[in-house]
Amino acid sequence: MRFIDEYRDDRIARALLAEVGGIVTRPWVLMEVCGGQTHTLIRQGIDQLLPPQVELVHGPGCPVCVTPLALIDEAIAIAKRPDAILCSFGDMLRVPGSSEDLFMARAAGGDVRVVYSPLDALEVARRNPDRTVVFFAVGFETTAPANAMAVRQARQLGIDNFALLVAHVLVPPAILAILVSPGNRVQGFLAPGHVCAVEGWRDYEPIAHDFGVPIVVTGFEPVDLLEGIRMAVTQLEEGRAEVENQYVRAVVREGNAAARAVVHDVFEPCDRAWRGIGVIPNSGLRLRGAYRAHDAELRFPREGEPASESELCMAGEVLRGRVRPIDCPAFGTACTPESPLGAPMVSSEGACAAYFLAGRRREEVPV
Amino acid sequence: MCLGVPGKIVDVREVDGIRMGTVDFGGITREACLAYAPEAGLDSWVVIHVGFAISVVDEEEARRSYELLAEMGNLEDIDLPQTPEGVRAEDYRPAPRPEAR
Repeated sequence: MRFIDEYRDDRIARALLAEVGGIVTRPWVLMEVCGGQTHTLIRQGIDQLLPPQVELVHGPGCPVCVTPLALIDEAIAIAKRPDAILCSFGDMLRVPGSSEDLFMARAAGGDVRVVYSPLDALEVARRNPDRTVVFFAVGFETTAPANAMAVRQARQLGIDNFALLVAHVLVPPAILAILVSPGNRVQGFLAPGHVCAVEGWRDYEPIAHDFGVPIVVTGFEPVDLLEGIRMAVTQLEEGRAEVENQYVRAVVREGNAAARAVVHDVFEPCDRAWRGIGVIPNSGLRLRGAYRAHDAELRFPREGEPASESELCMAGEVLRGRVRPIDCPAFGTACTPESPLGAPMVSSEGACAAYFLAGRRREEVPV
Repeated sequence: MCLGVPGKIVDVREVDGIRMGTVDFGGITREACLAYAPEAGLDSWVVIHVGFAISVVDEEEARRSYELLAEMGNLEDIDLPQTPEGVRAEDYRPAPRPEAR
């Protein structure tokens, strides 16, 4: 077993599709929270193969998409400073800020470097002791342990010129925000497997219980997703609302104890603004007092207010699962991956990019 | 962003006081931090995310759950897409191309 190919077997996928067709008796709306899952579902056409009663709406699990405009503007401002180097995951570079993106900042002479891991950014800091190296710490619970370790190592090894621009967000508060939003249609969730690999699923149990929604911790391959959908639909049909785990090969209820310990040592919860959605209480992480010396927002205080978002872009509605990407009038015309109006068209986890790359177009949508 | 790829640990060492290692992804190897997978040793499978092992693959559990799925995949009466009658994939050869002059 290689733990990938087996979960792409079309015979199993078809059997699961047939099972879902056999158990569903009425319409249900499920949300997959994670943008990585959205991409697999759309690329494989799973949303179109499911019985028509099962509707999938796409969630806000795209960290690049929900990073607030003000923080992107700040990253761009830092990148332009001659005394700083901005390190980031590649996804972030084309995300539009108020008036430009990080690619433009780099073209204008800013030192912007794409790294694979926050430890690579720490290495850049070690090699450039005369400049401040800022890592744009974007991500959900999955990425927090890596960023926490980088800061901890910076302190341990005395690499004082390393700082984080923290834009961390958390999944359970976002699920709560969706459930209490007016007009919510979501009746069950596929919870993101790798977020739960780190944090476990205990935080999801009261949500499932209090709101009567099934939550299935789900992996990322087509067979994983179909099995997660089958488990969620089975619960809905049977009138159950529990947390179940489809991704048994990688997730346990308590999560990863070693990772959680370091995350909780370095970060603390805080209110955070989600781009297109607004402030969600206790939905983010910030550095604890002991690590504030590595906080880029304190080193480089923010100047000015960000300009407003594009008026055409419906990213906020897409991120909350209220409209599909192809319902946006700018989709594929004014807004494309090469020239995006909103972050969901940029990111490898954005729902708009998933639709665009899979060849979905507005004119193909049956009225 | 939350992409995680399973790989097999082929080397373990300590760098700057933290547990690091080399992980093999079907032939491609990369450095990874193993601090969050203290129980994983050589030949263990781990899920790697941004250069960190975030989870140790439970091979026993994986095998058990996969067998259930595989069984279902075989037992169900599935309509697999069929090759057009009389054409077998292994018989198919592209038409010979005229030699370049």
